[in-house]
Amino acid sequence: MTGLLADLLIGAAILALAAGTVTARSAFTATAFFIAYGLLLALAWVRLGAVDIALTEAAISAGLSGLLLLGAASRLAACPVAEERAPGPVLKALIGLCCAAVSAAVGYAILSLPEPAPSLAEEAMAHLSVTALGNPVAGVLMSYRALDTLLEAAVVVLAVIGVWSLAPAGGWGGVPGPIHPRIEQGPLALLARLLPPIGIVVAFHILWVGSYAPGGKFQAAAILAAMWLLAWLAGLATPPRISSRRLRLAISAGTGLFLAIGMFGVLAEGAFLAYPPALTKALMLAVEFALAGSIAVALALLVMGPPEPEDRA
Amino acid sequence: MSLLLDTFTILAVLAGLFFFAAGTAGLLRFPDTSSRLHALTKADNLGLGLIVLGLLPQMGGVLPALKLLVIWGLALLAGATVGPLIARLARQEDAPP
Repeated sequence: MTGLLADLLIGAAILALAAGTVTARSAFTATAFFIAYGLLLALAWVRLGAVDIALTEAAISAGLSGLLLLGAASRLAACPVAEERAPGPVLKALIGLCCAAVSAAVGYAILSLPEPAPSLAEEAMAHLSVTALGNPVAGVLMSYRALDTLLEAAVVVLAVIGVWSLAPAGGWGGVPGPIHPRIEQGPLALLARLLPPIGIVVAFHILWVGSYAPGGKFQAAAILAAMWLLAWLAGLATPPRISSRRLRLAISAGTGLFLAIGMFGVLAEGAFLAYPPALTKALMLAVEFALAGSIAVALALLVMGPPEPEDRA
Repeated sequence: MSLLLDTFTILAVLAGLFFFAAGTAGLLRFPDTSSRLHALTKADNLGLGLIVLGLLPQMGGVLPALKLLVIWGLALLAGATVGPLIARLARQEDAPP
């Protein structure tokens, strides 16, 4: 009974925050609503027993995407093009109609699912021992659907290339993002010195327990990226220039290793991404660690943005 | 013994909830950023502290209890650093150019 009450409250709050995000007048307010929405959605996932998704929702969706949107909002505030050319009533009505149609289609799809819903959960659990992992979610991500994970990792690398390609004239090859002056005292300086050691330990913990409990590389990478960004904001850590070979290697190493192991599967087992049984756990751990590092660097670089022209810095 | 511990949990969590309610009321009703922050940090520090204190006997072990305490400590650190940051920003924005 109390559980139902809590679920109803969380559901109502999520809907209210979603409405707030859509109707907010300024981009900053909408982003604030969006972050709160993501955190409450994480709570809803916990209530549904999907702790892995809850962690990802909180770290990637609310945390990292929220941060990216905040950055976009503050950049847009400096050049209010979008607000000057506000869409007319016809365009607004069209946008509303399209969004309503998508919502209706998703709602219809969910309501017309057969009862009980089709599920591969039992089969996934039945063959979990083959993957040498104790967490079924990790089993799906690293073994059954490893190709999806490989593509996800590659998308992050492509996103960094996309952001870098927005570098203005004179910026290519420089230090990514605005340069923050070194802050020696005050709350930010304290936080940027105190939190990273704790955050790095927590990130490695989440990465390590990912094989048998909720956790994994994306969540760990988001925490690692957050720690680097904190030090960056306080001016304690200057990112390397984007022309740096070591930086580029760091971004692509995870995906590269994953691809190489996939090709090794073709040679050893006759199928792309097939792991030799004796090496399964070791290969997966190697991929998890390499991907966590690469994704952490890539996520942080996404937030830092493209390099700015040297003379302005 | 367990009845005593359960009573302690309920009382401490209720007291924590009282501080959260008071903090939320302050956030909604106080006129300016500084006093709103004041209300919020009270809720985070004391409210969360009391809830953590109340839940400690229910954790069934020293390690989970320690984890709860660390979470409270991190929330304290976040509140103590983010609060002043927001206050500084608000003062910069309020100040006449």
